[in-house]
Amino acid sequence: MKPKSYYEASARERMAAFLDPGSFQEFLPPTDRVSSPHLRQLDQPGAFDDGILVGSGRLAGHPVLAAAQEGVFMGGAVGEVHGAKLVGLLERTLVTRPAAVILLLETGGVRLHEANAGLVAVSEVMHAVLAVRVAGIPVLVLDGGQFGCFGGMGIVAALCDAVVMSEEGRLGLSGPEVIEASRGVEEFDSRDRALVWRTVGGKHRYLLGEATRLVEDTVPAFREAAIGLLGTLPVFGLEDLEAEHARLQGRLERFGDCRESFEIWTRLGIEDPQALPLLETSAFLAQVGGKRG
Amino acid sequence: MDAHTLLDRLFPTGHAVASEDTYFHGSGTCRGATVVVLGTSEEVEIGVELALAMARDVLDVIKTAPRRPILLLVATSGQRLSRRDEMLGIHAYLAHLAKTIDLAKRRGHPVVSLVWSRAVSGGFLSTGLLADLCFALPEAEIGVMNLPAMSRITKIPLERLESLSLTSPVFAPGVENYLRMGAIEAIWQGDLEAHLDAAFRLPSDRERRRALGEVRGGRQLARSVAERVRSHERG
Repeated sequence: MKPKSYYEASARERMAAFLDPGSFQEFLPPTDRVSSPHLRQLDQPGAFDDGILVGSGRLAGHPVLAAAQEGVFMGGAVGEVHGAKLVGLLERTLVTRPAAVILLLETGGVRLHEANAGLVAVSEVMHAVLAVRVAGIPVLVLDGGQFGCFGGMGIVAALCDAVVMSEEGRLGLSGPEVIEASRGVEEFDSRDRALVWRTVGGKHRYLLGEATRLVEDTVPAFREAAIGLLGTLPVFGLEDLEAEHARLQGRLERFGDCRESFEIWTRLGIEDPQALPLLETSAFLAQVGGKRG
Repeated sequence: MDAHTLLDRLFPTGHAVASEDTYFHGSGTCRGATVVVLGTSEEVEIGVELALAMARDVLDVIKTAPRRPILLLVATSGQRLSRRDEMLGIHAYLAHLAKTIDLAKRRGHPVVSLVWSRAVSGGFLSTGLLADLCFALPEAEIGVMNLPAMSRITKIPLERLESLSLTSPVFAPGVENYLRMGAIEAIWQGDLEAHLDAAFRLPSDRERRRALGEVRGGRQLARSVAERVRSHERG
């Protein structure tokens, strides 16, 4: 049987197949009916998990805490309850000290129906992620869902220790639709799928160094990558931030005048960059080798 | 109010702040104590270059002025909306800025922010909201999106949003709403120097925003839901 596509799976299917079989224990499951009062107030359909499941489980035998956002429910957007579940999970880490926290992110960012509560919640998630890392516990992100990972949660992903993406995954701050809506189709044509993927997709993020690993679009592939990253030691001192600063400064100097990802890939020394979008993941990885930003 | 007037009101006894276009940095004297000032003006959109410049200055403060208080003066209409910035990974640049401010706090720098004109979305997340305590001037605007745009995207009639915003602080832009969320500690009126001096003496605790949000009726579930997950007995 072909392994389950991560892109097509629901958050619950992903979580069940990602962790060791039967190990997931959910906190505030749908039976507890902790949902958004703000959606109700606007007569919008709610969800009894507010679009995110959080809990504990095992990964290759190691105790972990994990969260998964459900993109089908309001694009995985963060509201008050949704965000508080994530904050609570991260803060729980400081008490139970698992081997890692794993975030299966799929989100457009802040939920507009409760935008203020959502924005403040994302800020609390940012702080909690950094507190977990400072405590020496790695935070890993998986990004391969249909809605990608955007908005404030894109910033959150970049605060974590490692990001695992599939080619199908997308990662950024302002989604292509948002940029098109406010700056026009000439700035970013959100319906040009090839353009979208080579600008914010998994392959490009891998080449820039923003995705730590690029994997096939299957839940087992994400699982294997995460297991391999379990020993990641969070590094977060002044020297580490200086190194990150130099890396980001270098990227700007090297690629700041590029208009297109193809130009960046060419400057990375990759042969035939135009062919990259069409390659299967394994062929892509073989083609680019160590040529990353 | 322009940036210069603001600085004069915050630091009547003196300040030395250099301005580069829409970004300014330097220091001011507040009741005898030196305060680092980092700020933006003209509601600038924060792009990759500005995020990096601000991060550079925060790192330099950590290195050269241990434990010196930092004041962030926030005026941003959000992150820069551009395909080129997205291609370069603007999310990582804003995250980097966030990490430097977080490190400053951990290294003992008290960090206070003041929203003096506008604070929107990603630009606010990666600057002002990371401070120990966040304040605002009464004329400031804080929010994610105006109601007409929100109406277009959510397909909820504008009249409905406008009428609900009279009672609900949860979605409409506004300083008062962010006060009720617990994100803004207080609104500063009158003597800004006195407010600033007092702000650096206030205790700060990250969970305070949740508690304030609950007490002020803005976020009635955030604190209790986080607590239920944190202290869940199984697992």
